[in-house]
Amino acid sequence: MIRSVDDTAVKEQTRRKTRKDSLIGKRVPKLDAPDKATGKTRYLDDIKLPRMLYGKILFADRPHARIVKIDTSAAKVMKGVRAVITADDVELVTFGFGSDNTALKKGKVTCIRDEIAAVAADTSEIATEAIKRIAVTYEDLPVIGSIEESLADGAPVIHEHIADNVPFRFDYAHGDVDQGILESDVIVEDTYHVQRQAHCCLGTSGIIADFGSDGRLTLHSLTQVPFSYKHDLSKIIRIPPERIRVIQPPIGGGFGSKLDVHPFEPICVFLARATSRPVRMTFSREEEFLATPTRQPMVIKLKSGAKKDGTFTFRDVLMTLDNGGHTSWGATTPWISIRTFSSLYRVPHVRQHVDVIYTNNIYACAFRGYGNPQATFALESQIDGLADELGMDPLDIRLKNAQESGETTGQGLVLGTCGLKECLETATRNAGWDVKHSAPAKHGKRTGVVRGMGMASIFHVGGGAKIYRSDGCGTMLKMDDFGGVVVFTGASEIGQGSETVIAQIVAEELGLPLDNIRIVNNDTDLTPWDVGVHASRTTFIAGNSALRAARKAREKLLAAAAEQLKRDADDLDLSAGNVVDRSTCEPLAPIPKIIRGLHFGKKNDLIMTSDYYEPPSTAPDKEDKGDISACYSFGTHVAEVEVDQDTGVVKVLGISAAHDVGRVINQMGIEGQIEGGIAQGLGYCLTEELKLRDGRVINPTFTDYKLITTQELPEMNVAFIETNEPAGPYGAKGVAESPLIAVSAAVANAVHNATGVRINELPLTPERVLRKLQEATDADG
Amino acid sequence: MPGTLETTRLTMTVNGDPVDIRVAPHATLLDALRDDLELTGTKLGCGEGECGACSVLLDGSVVNACLILALECEGAEVRTIEGLSPNGRLHPLQQAFVDYGAVQCGYCTPGMIMAAYALVESNPSPTEADIKRALEGNLCRCTGYRKIIDAVASLSNGGASHD
Repeated sequence: MIRSVDDTAVKEQTRRKTRKDSLIGKRVPKLDAPDKATGKTRYLDDIKLPRMLYGKILFADRPHARIVKIDTSAAKVMKGVRAVITADDVELVTFGFGSDNTALKKGKVTCIRDEIAAVAADTSEIATEAIKRIAVTYEDLPVIGSIEESLADGAPVIHEHIADNVPFRFDYAHGDVDQGILESDVIVEDTYHVQRQAHCCLGTSGIIADFGSDGRLTLHSLTQVPFSYKHDLSKIIRIPPERIRVIQPPIGGGFGSKLDVHPFEPICVFLARATSRPVRMTFSREEEFLATPTRQPMVIKLKSGAKKDGTFTFRDVLMTLDNGGHTSWGATTPWISIRTFSSLYRVPHVRQHVDVIYTNNIYACAFRGYGNPQATFALESQIDGLADELGMDPLDIRLKNAQESGETTGQGLVLGTCGLKECLETATRNAGWDVKHSAPAKHGKRTGVVRGMGMASIFHVGGGAKIYRSDGCGTMLKMDDFGGVVVFTGASEIGQGSETVIAQIVAEELGLPLDNIRIVNNDTDLTPWDVGVHASRTTFIAGNSALRAARKAREKLLAAAAEQLKRDADDLDLSAGNVVDRSTCEPLAPIPKIIRGLHFGKKNDLIMTSDYYEPPSTAPDKEDKGDISACYSFGTHVAEVEVDQDTGVVKVLGISAAHDVGRVINQMGIEGQIEGGIAQGLGYCLTEELKLRDGRVINPTFTDYKLITTQELPEMNVAFIETNEPAGPYGAKGVAESPLIAVSAAVANAVHNATGVRINELPLTPERVLRKLQEATDADG
Repeated sequence: MPGTLETTRLTMTVNGDPVDIRVAPHATLLDALRDDLELTGTKLGCGEGECGACSVLLDGSVVNACLILALECEGAEVRTIEGLSPNGRLHPLQQAFVDYGAVQCGYCTPGMIMAAYALVESNPSPTEADIKRALEGNLCRCTGYRKIIDAVASLSNGGASHD
């Protein structure tokens, strides 16, 4: 809504100093919140197009099998069924990061979610019934249900082009680990097991495919990466990308789950093409659990050392990932894991080897944190192990090794601004570390309820991640003669609040009320190019792009005002909807009047600007070194827990978090990101595990896959360390992924502090905790 | 066969308006609200009564609309998220969700607000423990619940006490 600017209010506001008018750092309600709070927001499954059909997929439900025969005849004759397709009906193009996936499967299936056939019908009930009538004959093959089985001698081959079931290997090194071992006074070695976590977006996956009579395709898609999505999808469906329009309705959660093209998306396009009608496909909750990718389970063997004074000497890492039956972008999560091992705290010698392993499990993809929660759990647990060996306080050993602004890490990451020490000091101070983290007591008996405190830190990209040749984002901005501004940004809103942040930035630069700014961010026919919503990059990258576009508009507006008002542009400013005198803040003319002067004056010009922002980062070199992000985010979490040693129940009483976010732009929005990330991290730590047995998911419901609820919510104390990153918009860095990353290590360290028992497996369920306590008691004799 | 079953007449009151529709015997209240009455503010999150996204008030009590057969609602009074702001003006609870940052992706929000509405209607001064208990059946994946609890507490007489 464009609001006309009330004169009295303007004068009142203008009298205040410009700084006081600033929207930056304020608590700004999200622009999309009123529609969401009243139920007006139209999500994908609220959209019904005329003559729309309902699509449904038949999944294999066999983890590893040859497809002998598919009989669709009974489904095809059903009343209301408009199309039934299998791999035989479409051109099959391989896709995915490992080029090992197809929309519909032919010959063989490699996990239970493999897509066999699909139906479009008049109603979803008919589609569901038709799916049941498709008869498939399989010849079962031996199932590989784990990394160990996949690597065993004589293990069956899952994809014929990868004879050893290891589609990807990553190696990284800086320094000389053998030298690091020699330099060490203490060495700790452990193996860490981290589980499969499901995104559990409250809105399930879905898409609407709709062809025009000219063959152009409109997709209502939940993708987080609309432009690369067009590119990738166009190859699969054989439609040139310029003939595909992607409209992104509001989505019920992303968290990385929508970074890839998923098979259901081209399948829905095939159904729309087969029927010449729009087709909508939405997943049931069970399908969401079974047929969408997850966070990668990993086994991490980590060995690290330190000198007597606590100085870190080396880290030696061997990681294996359960990739599942196909490969998504998730196979590249080690790129981020590697950076945590190499660059969280100073460490001169690092060596890592990563194997990505095929299994017949459902496959993995990107998930908030992108390999970092796994790496941080192992690393920060082991740092406490080193502190134990040295008899040091966990805070002291971390402070000893924490970097400072201006350092370059062994992997070539340039830490322009680094607030790690402040994060460590602030989070521990707010948690009462000195009092509550006493030296571990003698834990002979292991009964009753005990308390403990633990900590862990975070290192993550904060200024995008240059994984493509560009990490850019475009903005177009137009001002109308009522003072309304429409900002067309490439950055997608996925609930995280980017649209509000962008509006704040533009309003700030143009001296306009927030209500005057409208953001268009969900239609590839209108929005300029962007890499996508990932790598915590939107506030930084899209924010910078919006800032620069707004500054260009501001410059043009001030030049026009200078000419119209016969003043020097340098003496003018914009505030509360007016052109004002810079020194006195006296309103000189309403902004709309200046714009009308441009439209109707001698120049007949518009205020329309654009910007393409490319961050000052570099793609990694052949050794995987280089300054991949324009800046880096840091944080520390301190957890206080209560462990019932008779039941194994871990209760997290409080999380004290401190995050180096550069600068806060929307105080309320950033608090929400941190609090939500902590809750997801707590789920990862305590309750969440998608369990598979022989390739089959055994807990595909919210009853058996337990998310954190209001009842498990701990006290949360969130502090922001403002390091004012020079490259960031107003000094801001990205933060979205960080808060999830350290929770599990902080809690596990607190459990160790409470009980004297270190648990290197997640999640910390009562069963696991009780077993580990019992094992420790048995070992004590 | 589904889709060809006989439909049955259903009359009930939804957000104060009498409705008279025909539904299939297996249709849920959620189906009737979303598909027949186009009240799409109520969300389908799981269809199994586990997530609370479809929370509505049935004769004053909060229920999962996905678990109630539509025909069970004959003669009943139903209130949905759309019924909280009949004239377009946000209910104070809706406004609190906006003002306190309790909304992110928003998919859980209507159900969350209806569960909170049921609470504050029956208990105008809920404690934080009351709020947590009332909302424990409503899952949110984005916010970490803190701001949702704060939003509801702001409606409480004198504000909710930490206990």
